[in-house]
Amino acid sequence: MHNKTLSELSALLHNGDITSVELTQHFLNRIKTHNGNLNAFISVTEESALAQAAAADKQFADKTAGKLTGIPMAHKDIFCTKGVRTSCASKMLDKFIAPYDATVVEKIAASGMVMLGKTNMDEFAMGSSNETSFYGPVKNPWDTDRVPGGSSGGSAAAIAARLAPAATGTDTGGSIRQPSSLCNLTGLKPTYGRVSRYGMIAFASSLDQAGPMAANAEDAALLLNVMSGFDERDSTSVERDVPDYTANLNDSLQGLRIGLPKEYFGEGLAPEVAEIIDVAIKEFEKLGATVKEISLPNTSLAIPTYYVVAPAECSSNLSRMDGVRFGHRCDDPKDLLDLYQRSRGEGFGDEVKRRIMIGTYALSAGYYDAYYLKAQKCRRLISDDFQQAFEEVDVIMGPTAPTTAFKLGDKTDDPVAMYLADIYTINTNLAGLPGMSIPAGFANGLPAGLQIIGNYFDEARLLNVAHQYQQVTDWHKQIPTAFQ
Amino acid sequence: MSLDKSDVEKIAHLARLAIDESTIPDYARDLNNILTLVEQMSAVNTDAVTPMAHPLDAHQRLREDVVSETDQRELFQSIAPKTDAGVYLVPQVIE
Repeated sequence: MHNKTLSELSALLHNGDITSVELTQHFLNRIKTHNGNLNAFISVTEESALAQAAAADKQFADKTAGKLTGIPMAHKDIFCTKGVRTSCASKMLDKFIAPYDATVVEKIAASGMVMLGKTNMDEFAMGSSNETSFYGPVKNPWDTDRVPGGSSGGSAAAIAARLAPAATGTDTGGSIRQPSSLCNLTGLKPTYGRVSRYGMIAFASSLDQAGPMAANAEDAALLLNVMSGFDERDSTSVERDVPDYTANLNDSLQGLRIGLPKEYFGEGLAPEVAEIIDVAIKEFEKLGATVKEISLPNTSLAIPTYYVVAPAECSSNLSRMDGVRFGHRCDDPKDLLDLYQRSRGEGFGDEVKRRIMIGTYALSAGYYDAYYLKAQKCRRLISDDFQQAFEEVDVIMGPTAPTTAFKLGDKTDDPVAMYLADIYTINTNLAGLPGMSIPAGFANGLPAGLQIIGNYFDEARLLNVAHQYQQVTDWHKQIPTAFQ
Repeated sequence: MSLDKSDVEKIAHLARLAIDESTIPDYARDLNNILTLVEQMSAVNTDAVTPMAHPLDAHQRLREDVVSETDQRELFQSIAPKTDAGVYLVPQVIE
């Protein structure tokens, strides 16, 4: 049951072969069996899940059920869920019961999907290994000595181990795509503004974007259909109609122009990953695509630029965590300053503190031009590189991450080494472009993903490209032995 | 430039973060490493480049100034660390 696609599950539910309560219970049982080992979920909402499933079953009886009605899913614990703890994997919000639903949560609930629980993540989405979580690291189902990637590591591990058929993630510098690569999933970061950020706890507001994580491209398309759309409660939401992302999945790739940025295949890319990507590209040629080398000359600016923009915005966004109206408060503050400083000092972990301090420094008097303004200019250069490339090609392909999953603890002592895990994903966030990662093969039993980057609002094309590849390969169907 | 102990203390104060005295050298090292990484931006000349504030160069939308939210004071205060008679409590600010 847990190996089926969303469409297959939908058919079983609509045909009456299984009830939503049975299906939900099946996944809840799997969570009970495996979560102790994987730590993919922070909260499991069993009672409300079964209530939602019962409501879904009533819809089937009434013939009012939709395509996704009754299918279980999980939300990254960065999305506010009314009446349910929304921790962002931080001690700061350990006792925070959200008083409202994020737009994404509202939309997915309206589609009739059942929320199984809230998944683990890096604290406030700051990390690439899920090791900065207050609730402990998540284990990669492909090798539990290794990280699942981050920051959406809990969502990734949950789907990879089939504890949930699909999940939401968020991506500020690679947080959907990099864990998808390390866990053999299909994950998509949409164009900035495509999915509402309302109720999604802000990390870096000009980069954050929510998207679907799933086992295959068709499932991701179905989820994106539900998540996307204009929202007046998000000031950067884009007023643009949502196409049916499943409509073009079966289009031929004949004549598709693929660009391979030479900067993505240089030093730092593990040879075994390079080989997997080479083989995947050949598969696209067989499908009728043409391939050419392109250049994104400012690629090396991406990480330096990101580590100004993201910390600057996070230092501003996280100033709301002050111990006054919600969140952690220290014991016996002697005055207001002491209350702020100790509540924040106790509530935030090391990586979050580092980024707040970098951001505070970059924005402090006398440094704004040298850091934030300079970074915004570099961002323009990075974005222009892409626009130039898209004059010649339809999509850009390359590795999602430079390596397969690394060992737990390998990079925790060296923040800068950890930052390099996002070297191929960060520049699409800076440019606001859509990108996705799809399973492309294995090296020593560990999965590696192929990244596909498109122009603004070209999500349907990315999904079409991914889906066609998945018709002729079966990497996306591989499930780790212990979780079959 | 390189940040020293007093710089780290000043930044932590500006960010309203209490950090352990014993961890300051570690923060100084890590912050300096990050700033060294960031310095790579200076490799390119950006004098003639327009800063990019929004990926789609969108403009702020305007809306009518109408009431759209209802009063949920009790719900919101139910998750507050300390309240009394409908107000949030903090240590005394004015003598």
